[in-house]
Amino acid sequence: MSRLPQLPDEWIDRTKLVRFRFEGRDYTGLAGDAVSSALWAAGVRTLGRSFKYHRPRGILSMANHDVNVLLQDGQRLNVRGDVVPVREGMDLSAVNTWGGVTADRVRFLDRLAPFLPVGFYYKAFYSKRWFPLWERMFRAITGLGRIDLGTPHLRTPKRYEFCDVAVIGAGPSGLSAALAAAEAGARVVIVDENAKAGGSGLYQLGGHVAQRDAALQLRERVAAHPQIRLFTGTLAAAWYADQWIPLVDGERMTKLRARATVMASGAFEQPAVFRNNDLPGVMLGSAMQRLIHRYAVQPARRAVVLAANADAYRVALDLLDAGVQVMAVADLRDQPMACDAMDAVRARGVECLAGYAIYEAHAGERGELAAVTLCRVRDGIAETTGSRRVDCDGVAMSTGWAPAANLLYQAGTKMRFDERLQQFVPDVLPEGVFACGRVNGVFGFEARLADGARAGTAAAGFALSRELPAVAVPSENCQPTHPWPVVAHPSAKNFVDFDEDLQVKDFENAVQEGYDNIELLKRFTTVGMGPSQGKHSNMTALRLLARLTGKSPQQVGTTTARPFFHPVPMSHLAGRGFHPQRRSPLHGRHAALGAVFMPAGAWERPEYYAVPGKSRIDCIHDEVRRVRTKVAMIDVGTLGKIEVRGPQAAEFLNRVYTARIDLLKLGGTRYAIMCDESGVLTDEGVIARLADDVYYFTTTTSGAANVYREMSRLNSEWRLQCGIVNLTGAYSSVNLAGPDCRKVLGPHTDIDLSAAAFPYLAVRQGQIAGIPARVMRVGFVGEWGYEIHIPAEYSPTLWDTLMKAGEPFGIGPFGVEAQRLLRLEKGHLIVSQDTDGLTHPFEVGMDWAVKLDKPFFVGQRSLQILKAMPLKRKLAGFRLAEGYTGPVPQECHLIIADGEIAGRVTSIYWSPNVGRHIGLAFLPPDLAAPGTSFEIRLTDGAMVRAEVCTTPFFDPEDLRQKELA
Amino acid sequence: MPWRLLRFGLNSKHPEPRMFSDVQALKPSYDVVIIGAGGHGLAAAYYLAREHGITNVAVLEKGYIGGGNTGRNTTIIRSNYLTPEGVKFYDTSVKLWQDLSEDFDLNLFYSTRGHFTLAHTDSAVRTMRWRAEVNKHYGVDSELVGPDFIKRACPSIDISCNGHAPILGALYHAPGSIARHDAVAWGYGRGACQRGVEIHQQTAVTGIEVKGGKVVGVQTSRGHIATNKVLCAVAGSTPRLTDMVGIRTPIYIHPLQAMVSEPMKPWLDHIFVSGSLHIYISQSARGELVMGASLDPYELHSTRSTLDFTEGLSAHMLDMFPFLSHVKVNRQWAGMSDMTPDFAPIMGKTPVEGFYLDSGWGTWGFKATPVCGKTMAWTVANDAPHELITGFSLDRFRNYSLTGEKGAASVGH
Repeated sequence: MSRLPQLPDEWIDRTKLVRFRFEGRDYTGLAGDAVSSALWAAGVRTLGRSFKYHRPRGILSMANHDVNVLLQDGQRLNVRGDVVPVREGMDLSAVNTWGGVTADRVRFLDRLAPFLPVGFYYKAFYSKRWFPLWERMFRAITGLGRIDLGTPHLRTPKRYEFCDVAVIGAGPSGLSAALAAAEAGARVVIVDENAKAGGSGLYQLGGHVAQRDAALQLRERVAAHPQIRLFTGTLAAAWYADQWIPLVDGERMTKLRARATVMASGAFEQPAVFRNNDLPGVMLGSAMQRLIHRYAVQPARRAVVLAANADAYRVALDLLDAGVQVMAVADLRDQPMACDAMDAVRARGVECLAGYAIYEAHAGERGELAAVTLCRVRDGIAETTGSRRVDCDGVAMSTGWAPAANLLYQAGTKMRFDERLQQFVPDVLPEGVFACGRVNGVFGFEARLADGARAGTAAAGFALSRELPAVAVPSENCQPTHPWPVVAHPSAKNFVDFDEDLQVKDFENAVQEGYDNIELLKRFTTVGMGPSQGKHSNMTALRLLARLTGKSPQQVGTTTARPFFHPVPMSHLAGRGFHPQRRSPLHGRHAALGAVFMPAGAWERPEYYAVPGKSRIDCIHDEVRRVRTKVAMIDVGTLGKIEVRGPQAAEFLNRVYTARIDLLKLGGTRYAIMCDESGVLTDEGVIARLADDVYYFTTTTSGAANVYREMSRLNSEWRLQCGIVNLTGAYSSVNLAGPDCRKVLGPHTDIDLSAAAFPYLAVRQGQIAGIPARVMRVGFVGEWGYEIHIPAEYSPTLWDTLMKAGEPFGIGPFGVEAQRLLRLEKGHLIVSQDTDGLTHPFEVGMDWAVKLDKPFFVGQRSLQILKAMPLKRKLAGFRLAEGYTGPVPQECHLIIADGEIAGRVTSIYWSPNVGRHIGLAFLPPDLAAPGTSFEIRLTDGAMVRAEVCTTPFFDPEDLRQKELA
Repeated sequence: MPWRLLRFGLNSKHPEPRMFSDVQALKPSYDVVIIGAGGHGLAAAYYLAREHGITNVAVLEKGYIGGGNTGRNTTIIRSNYLTPEGVKFYDTSVKLWQDLSEDFDLNLFYSTRGHFTLAHTDSAVRTMRWRAEVNKHYGVDSELVGPDFIKRACPSIDISCNGHAPILGALYHAPGSIARHDAVAWGYGRGACQRGVEIHQQTAVTGIEVKGGKVVGVQTSRGHIATNKVLCAVAGSTPRLTDMVGIRTPIYIHPLQAMVSEPMKPWLDHIFVSGSLHIYISQSARGELVMGASLDPYELHSTRSTLDFTEGLSAHMLDMFPFLSHVKVNRQWAGMSDMTPDFAPIMGKTPVEGFYLDSGWGTWGFKATPVCGKTMAWTVANDAPHELITGFSLDRFRNYSLTGEKGAASVGH
């Protein structure tokens, strides 16, 4: 079929040819063509196959309101042919066919339709024995496009936008709204999913050239207005709370925050329902108009118009102007409301039949439209006597509209059903949300312009908090939508939902089975659940349900409209991906030393330092040995570091931790734990008192953010006079430990390191290598040691200084694994490894850390109750037999007593210093006494005997970390 | 084609009766009133009628059958829990599930796909080993597997997760399944109706009458009902109901969101859950990818959706399956979850005589539908907690005997 002569504002560029393939054959389109328009212009009619029955399908809406033309474009799947521009070199095929769109091998399913009623798959295929086989078959034929597992991970950047007034839809009312809002002083963003603005003002013409000129002029004024930004080819995908609107284009997602929104999203033309209304060639009137005015494609040679409103006659006029022979206009209405367009159609000699419907459409040889049967119709019942057959290759359906109210629903608009319009219109709009044009039930061109100006002005007034004069909108009495565009047919195939192949009888049957409210009906029939989300089907389904249950559409109500308006690619939603990762300032030093890193929350920490030619475990044991015999250093900068200062700092910490923090002496530190309200141990750390009103303390690495957040939350309730500062990133820390650590540190600090001046568990402030430092004498690994906290930016200098100073003493770094082993030798637990979501302090022998007689602390009441109850389990130390060489239990292997689960291993290592496997385990109290023997079950079921023993396993009197010298 | 379908083609009239009782007037009294016609409430009604002969039962529903979390969840069924109470309970449920389609004469598309809970950290590996060991102890098919096993099962997965969170292992639970969620409610509803139970949709409970510590009646938007037994099965609305009888529970409502892609040809056979990336995914019989993430971090009694949910979930999904870049998200939605402090449900008797709770179903209720129905029916019929649910009693929060299932929640919440 050839192109029409050049039209003003056509979207195609006749100078640029675009070559592409469809279903293995070469075609040529024009730049600016949609895939569907290029194929239609080339005379191709069968562009896809339907989801369930594999019926041939052509263009229906030409507007992404259906998915008849759903294509595979290389790695892109489920591409909408009606709206995606054709590109040079595209190699397209229809999805969901077996062996091509014309020769689809499963097209026989169409003949099986009587045996496959609505919900048929619920009613069979379910025997336990055969289901897996059936399921394999279903999974083989289900789905639409094909995923290419080689598709790259696309990272699309995102953008943010702000405006006073967002206008969704750049048709006549939207353009008018944008202009009015901008004239009132608002900054306006107007978006439209189409490649060009103007909307129906530029294609639903009915020969009305003045309307086109007015729309073009309006578009130019909007484009030129300094206060307005016009985004075309951009989808407003949803509306979220607080006017948060994702705008999706081919490149990216832009997140728009508006002060007010004007919904000018228009309406979806709705298919009439008659037998074979899905044959290629049967399409919406507006689809034909889009083909003509945007792409200069003649939609058919000989067409029948099925009418029920004035728009239909405008379609007929546009068809006539495009050289289409209009065989007849069949109007569902007995007494059509007069309009100029109808007079003009009659004047051009077209037969206009009032009270007529298309009873059925007939397919030609290729399964495409060849003729229709027209007959008189009364309320959906056809009088087949006197029917006549009319040959045609096109049917334009113009019988009514449904509002594109998806975003209005998402915004929480209360809608009401307007009987005159036969349409849901906004009844109560949420604050800051406005509607105009067809979605607001206003249809005439001039009226839409006025309605847009009204809404735009009101939105600007809201956004700018200004009183603006109201704009009047002339009243209308048009009836754009027929209440019952449905014609019964005994042989069915009268489709309501084209995505899901749902016919009228499917709804009747569903209601008969008791799915008689709109939500159940939707779920059972799957109406509106296909990729076009009910844009062309929900309204008809609602009418069917209303009629079948004797209710009004208002009573039936609508289903929830959820995001997205059109589907959005995951790459656009994902953006570049955001993964916070934290690195210690010493990361480079660790890497240079051969560190093997492990994740620790958002951090990366050295698990151990690899030495060429040595195994992992040997490296770890070397690190352990160095700590025990010489001196070594570990980066503990990932620990949470928080400072609380103020006159009530002591009171605050007293309430958060279980210990008496107020009694902590100036210059002293204390190991402390915190619990939640139920008494569960949640975090631990060392608290140092730097001044009367200044405390500095550490948290676990993984708990840092939570502890800070929880403390901030608590003090927003308590309002104590203290400030809480999270210094986790600002401060860095290392632990220098081992018998020689004093010799390494001494020469580089002004702090007196003598045991008398700086005893165990004290904190001192001073300088190390000229760096201001807070130094704590703690013994987590069970050796003499200093935990040095300094501003983070100095930590490489400190690290280098101490490493150099330690060289003569054989210093080296140690990693997380060595530290875990060292602390286990001391019997210290790790919160979240040796505790779980229910562990309270008494179960892990920390009674000493809980001062129940304080006035108050978080978890106190629970702990008082728990204290009075018998323990259900205890964390105890254990060891395997001396010289044990069998398979070693792992963490979380179960302890089995009398065939039942009695506990589990929480930590286990082979200790080079103890010379045995040692560990911690939760045990029932009666198995937890030292010397008791118990059994651990390995993954393969083998049992390993272990013995409870006291902790610490190594240096039981803790002599090494304290004053011996 | 199964012969069962022939009748549809060979009958001129659709040969199917109503599945659910037609709307009818409320009776003045019932032996049992069940509040909530979701899967749980309807299952309880079904088993009350089938196993205890109690058929004078009304199921009251303010909306429509299965319209709450039954119709909003991501349909994953598994029993790889952490506590002995949980494992035994959910294992019973899985066994019931496997026979349900045949019991109902209704295809639930109960599809055994195999369930991976990925571990990206050594602490997660420890937890997976713990769960595997507890599961095996109770005869549940679970094992700790390594990256090679995962890669063999699903060659398309990026085992390094884009370098952000390399997969170190997984808990593999072969019985893990998905099902057609709405059909579960319909099957129970039909089975209950066939045995005489009445389902009253669009009937909201406005009050529960308690006299002398005992339930005596229910006020509804359609009139008063006298009854001595009320079962509350209203996930997401539990606090409103417990307020009516003056009971306090530690339940907080958080939204849980999900989204679904356009249909595509099946490529994903298994169910994947990642605690570190906070995502889960399976592919439905229609070819849609059904995807979820962790709870919204705030209390909210609403089913609103948020954009950032789709952004975060998509970003993490692409880390695991980078080739999904062009896949489009069709729809997102939210449900309201009854969260409890220990991530276990609250079931059984309450301090108000005749008021039974089936609540606290957080993000894990769908899979428990059959066993909840069965045990709650037993509990209501015998006025004593079924042995499988004693670990889930409301008084455990007073007695400090929690059933800690946080470690087995699908994703870190």
